[in-house]
Amino acid sequence: MNRRRALLIALEAGVPLAALVTWWVWSAQAGSFYFPPLADILTTFADTWVFERVGSDVLPSLARLAAGFGAAVVLGVAVGTALGSFPLARRVAGPLVEFGRAIPPPALLPFAILVLGVGDAMKVFVIAVVCLWPVLLNTVDGVRGVDPTMLETARVYGIRGAQRLRTIIWPAALPQIFAGMRTSLSLALILMVISEMVASTHGIGYFVLQAQRSFAIPEMWSGIVLLGLLGYLLNAALALVERRVLRWHRGARSSALQ
Amino acid sequence: MLEVSGLSKTYGEGARATHAIAELSFTVHEGEFVCVVGPSGCGKTTLLRCLAGLLPPSAGRVTLRGRPVSGPPEEVGFVFQEYSRSLMPWLSVRENIALPLRHKRLGRAERDRLVEEAVESVALTGFIDHYPWELSGGMQQRVAIARALAYQPEILLMDEPFASVDAQTRADLEDLLLRVRAAYGVTVVFVTHDIDEAVYLGQRIVVLTPPPTSVQEVLDVTLPEPRDQVETKELPEFAHLRAHIFRSIKRRQSLQGQGPG
Repeated sequence: MNRRRALLIALEAGVPLAALVTWWVWSAQAGSFYFPPLADILTTFADTWVFERVGSDVLPSLARLAAGFGAAVVLGVAVGTALGSFPLARRVAGPLVEFGRAIPPPALLPFAILVLGVGDAMKVFVIAVVCLWPVLLNTVDGVRGVDPTMLETARVYGIRGAQRLRTIIWPAALPQIFAGMRTSLSLALILMVISEMVASTHGIGYFVLQAQRSFAIPEMWSGIVLLGLLGYLLNAALALVERRVLRWHRGARSSALQ
Repeated sequence: MLEVSGLSKTYGEGARATHAIAELSFTVHEGEFVCVVGPSGCGKTTLLRCLAGLLPPSAGRVTLRGRPVSGPPEEVGFVFQEYSRSLMPWLSVRENIALPLRHKRLGRAERDRLVEEAVESVALTGFIDHYPWELSGGMQQRVAIARALAYQPEILLMDEPFASVDAQTRADLEDLLLRVRAAYGVTVVFVTHDIDEAVYLGQRIVVLTPPPTSVQEVLDVTLPEPRDQVETKELPEFAHLRAHIFRSIKRRQSLQGQGPG
């Protein structure tokens, strides 16, 4: 069992490492304009991002992402709780929600630029819109799925109103809310890049597009690598928060399977 | 103290209606331990939910200390059969028990005292900061009992609370319940399909008929207290009572000659 685990861990770390080595060796001798040597990309990466453009491009991008994502979570949980609690509200708002989430978010960019201009507000808005739906729909599901015995327990013991939301409904729905947040976070990163490519004067997406337009191919690649890294780290950070907050959920599930 | 008069409950309407409870009347006196026993599917849970104000009856009424029950009254504690779904897995034992106390106007010290006393009375002091899913089924049900006790109800309604634990744990829980009931002096209505359990625990037994349900008979149990798993169950009166209830349920079932008994 232990040897098997060791082998699995070795494979897990080994495959990405092998991919990197392959890229390194191949790109070093390829002499391709489009695929510069990995060594060049990494040197450019170090020159560009450590830490020269952090303040001017990385932080503004992340701030917009955080603002849009945060607004979507707050709004999604609030509206999702209302829709999950009241069947009538669900009936009335259902078609609207289905229509809203069916709109491909980049299609909102022209409208957002028209109304909000090309500044931060536009980008935060677009990120928030795309992040809203997964959180909202998962919250509705989570709130509707609260165990009836738990709700009866709350009724018998006179737990209602805000206390009922805080101590019973939201914790019970939290696993689903987190599932929605994970989906939303990936979408947030995508829309962050797209919105910066369409209209911006700074940001990582803007940098990647500018580098491509000025044929600075190693720079372009360094931006792509950075976005990949950021996506990976953001997901890992959310997973870490989820692990801590939902410790009870894993515990309860594994004890129920016994 | 608790009066059930002409209670009936029908689910659905018209030709498809199911008469869960036809007509039920009985009284529970102050400080009494009443067991409600009947064949499975006879609407025991429906009855208990009506008593707790969780379910509105179709006709008749439930009054608690002269006041009609329309929603869950503050004097009522409830222990569900499904302990694992009635305890909140995100709260520790302490927090679960304290949860219903938060909105009672109590000082922090008073609240802590109630919680700790209840935990001690069900012998879980060492587990007060554990989570429910870290405990065995019997221990989880003890937490649910402690939560009901800390709430300081005047009447405790229990819905087949020991139906999903093993026989040994069940005997331990029965004795624990008798002990804490004596200590807290609370009135208990205990629903079960287990005749032995009803006779062992109860001071009075309400025997229900198969559906549509009504009261078949009400029996006084004069077994000596405190009860004892071995000695009480050896007594001739114990054997008589359980045989009597068993026959009366059987006879009724064969009289009605219906399947879903």
